[in-house]
Amino acid sequence: MRLALEAAFWLLALASHWLLPEQLPLLGQVWIVALFVLSLDLLVGFAGVLTLGHAAFFGLGAYAAGILAQQGWGEPLSGLLLAALLAALLGLVTAPLVLHGGDLPALMVTLGLSLMLAEAANKLPGITGGADGLLGVEMWPVLGLFRFDLFGRTAFFYALAVLFLLFLLARLITASPFGLALRGIRGNARRMPALGTPVRARLVAVYALSAAYAGVAGALLAQTTQFVSLDALSFQRSAEGLLMLVLGGLGALYGALLGAVAFTLAHHILSEMSPLFWQFWIGVALVGLALAGRGGLLGLGALLLRRGRA
Amino acid sequence: MTALATEGLSRDFGGFRAVAGIDLVLAQGARHAVIGPNGAGKTTLVNLLTGALRPTAGRVRLGGEDVTALSQHARVKRGLARTFQINQLFPEFTPVQAVTLALLEREGLTARWWRPVSAHGAVVAEARALLDSLRFAPAEMRAATRSLPYGRQRLLEIALALALRPRVLLLDEPAAGVPPGESRAVLDAVAALPRDVTVLLIEHDMDLVFRFAERITVLAQGAVLVEGPPAEVARDPRVREVYLGEPAHG
Ligand SMILES: Nc1ncnc2c1ncn2[C@@H]1O[C@H](COP(=O)(O)OP(=O)(O)OP(=O)(O)O)[C@@H](O)[C@H]1O
Ligand SMILES: [Mg+2]
Repeated sequence: MRLALEAAFWLLALASHWLLPEQLPLLGQVWIVALFVLSLDLLVGFAGVLTLGHAAFFGLGAYAAGILAQQGWGEPLSGLLLAALLAALLGLVTAPLVLHGGDLPALMVTLGLSLMLAEAANKLPGITGGADGLLGVEMWPVLGLFRFDLFGRTAFFYALAVLFLLFLLARLITASPFGLALRGIRGNARRMPALGTPVRARLVAVYALSAAYAGVAGALLAQTTQFVSLDALSFQRSAEGLLMLVLGGLGALYGALLGAVAFTLAHHILSEMSPLFWQFWIGVALVGLALAGRGGLLGLGALLLRRGRA
Repeated sequence: MTALATEGLSRDFGGFRAVAGIDLVLAQGARHAVIGPNGAGKTTLVNLLTGALRPTAGRVRLGGEDVTALSQHARVKRGLARTFQINQLFPEFTPVQAVTLALLEREGLTARWWRPVSAHGAVVAEARALLDSLRFAPAEMRAATRSLPYGRQRLLEIALALALRPRVLLLDEPAAGVPPGESRAVLDAVAALPRDVTVLLIEHDMDLVFRFAERITVLAQGAVLVEGPPAEVARDPRVREVYLGEPAHG
């Protein structure tokens, strides 16, 4: 049952290429955003570490991959790898600051670090292109075979494939002893050291892992749009990522995917009607889901499924 | 051989001295109880022993090694386990999951990310066996911890410590708040502790203390008032005065 649902989800994601052929660029963005929300889920949903500045890693990955290609090395996978490594490194370096106190200090520190990075990118136009954005990003074909095309076809499959592979890895990790320990830390951070768990080391590890995921998502955006703007580092990106996670369901990997898909599609459809309308309904949805608990859309779906069977 | 010892162990909160120069020696396999009125400093003492709190002064020795500077988790790895006076459980986990987590930690496996927990079949089986030995019903093992009756949660609190296979076990009021109908299982679990485990029991229930302990330390206002075998402590007039609230005679 569970496996069938999972297969259905991924087949539908793949089939959307033929179901919505006009919307390939948008769908490509959905997969990238989904990867970003997945990175947040690992950190916030599983380990219970709060952040308001995850765009820092997304943006760092985007600029790293963008600048690498701009400087003449347009091979996509090496761009992803560089982005993952740099983001993980930034995660390792900043983790002690973020994990220093409780929830509120974590929020302030992550927000502060991401604002600093955004301002640095703004003030270094020689490297980042500043407010004009990073231009001249030229990508080579994926695996030497698939050129990025104007219709977003290669981008669609490339982003979906990376999302799928990193999702499988996340699924493996969250089901492992390490994943159980992370959930234990979220469940009771006072008990864990009394079981012998080096809590700090586990949190640093998941912080770097989550940063790497976000970095890869940013790199995908840079490569598929062949452009990086300061938006990649914006507070709005961090905040919307959290919104999508809450919307989809915290601490469940499919919740992250569902939240990203639902949010992006709803945004696309509703904001064409009226921007105000969009803000209003996302507000209604958030308040409703927050009151309903941490299950989000995924929890709601599971509830309906159980009701249906009973 | 000494399993656990303190020298001049003290802890201040602001200007208030909660633990005041405690010297304690537990031989290997000891059954030692610490009693004392509310606020005497018993839980603070446990927190100092485990490393949850740093002492203002004094040392802690575990099996001959000075562990005063070591973190909580490092002391656990050296064989020191505890239970909490106020449950510290994982509300969303089932008892099997929680005990499995403790066992994985004991085996040093919680940094492993490349195999699912279910692939560590022996560990999961051991978790079930441990819960079974504490007479958890199969349905209770699979229920979310927060849905269990308080007495079962208290027992799980002990199970998590036992799973670590400690050499020294600190029990902070294991039977506190358990309704009489459910307390039996908790008391049995305490009585059935392996003989080679050194146990420090903090308890208000005098029946349990006198049945269990071979030595008793009475704390009052952070300091040791009396220490000795149960019969001696029970006779001591200062204990009656401070602990039982009866005026001393003579
Ligand atoms: N973190 C803290 N900050 C300030 N004061 C504290 C702190 N922890 C304990 N105390 C104080 O230290 C004293 C000893 O507390 P402790 O919890 O060790 O007592 P106890 O003997 O365990 O009592 P009980 O039998 O009620 O559990 C109390 O007066 C308490 O108010
Ligand atoms: Mg206490």
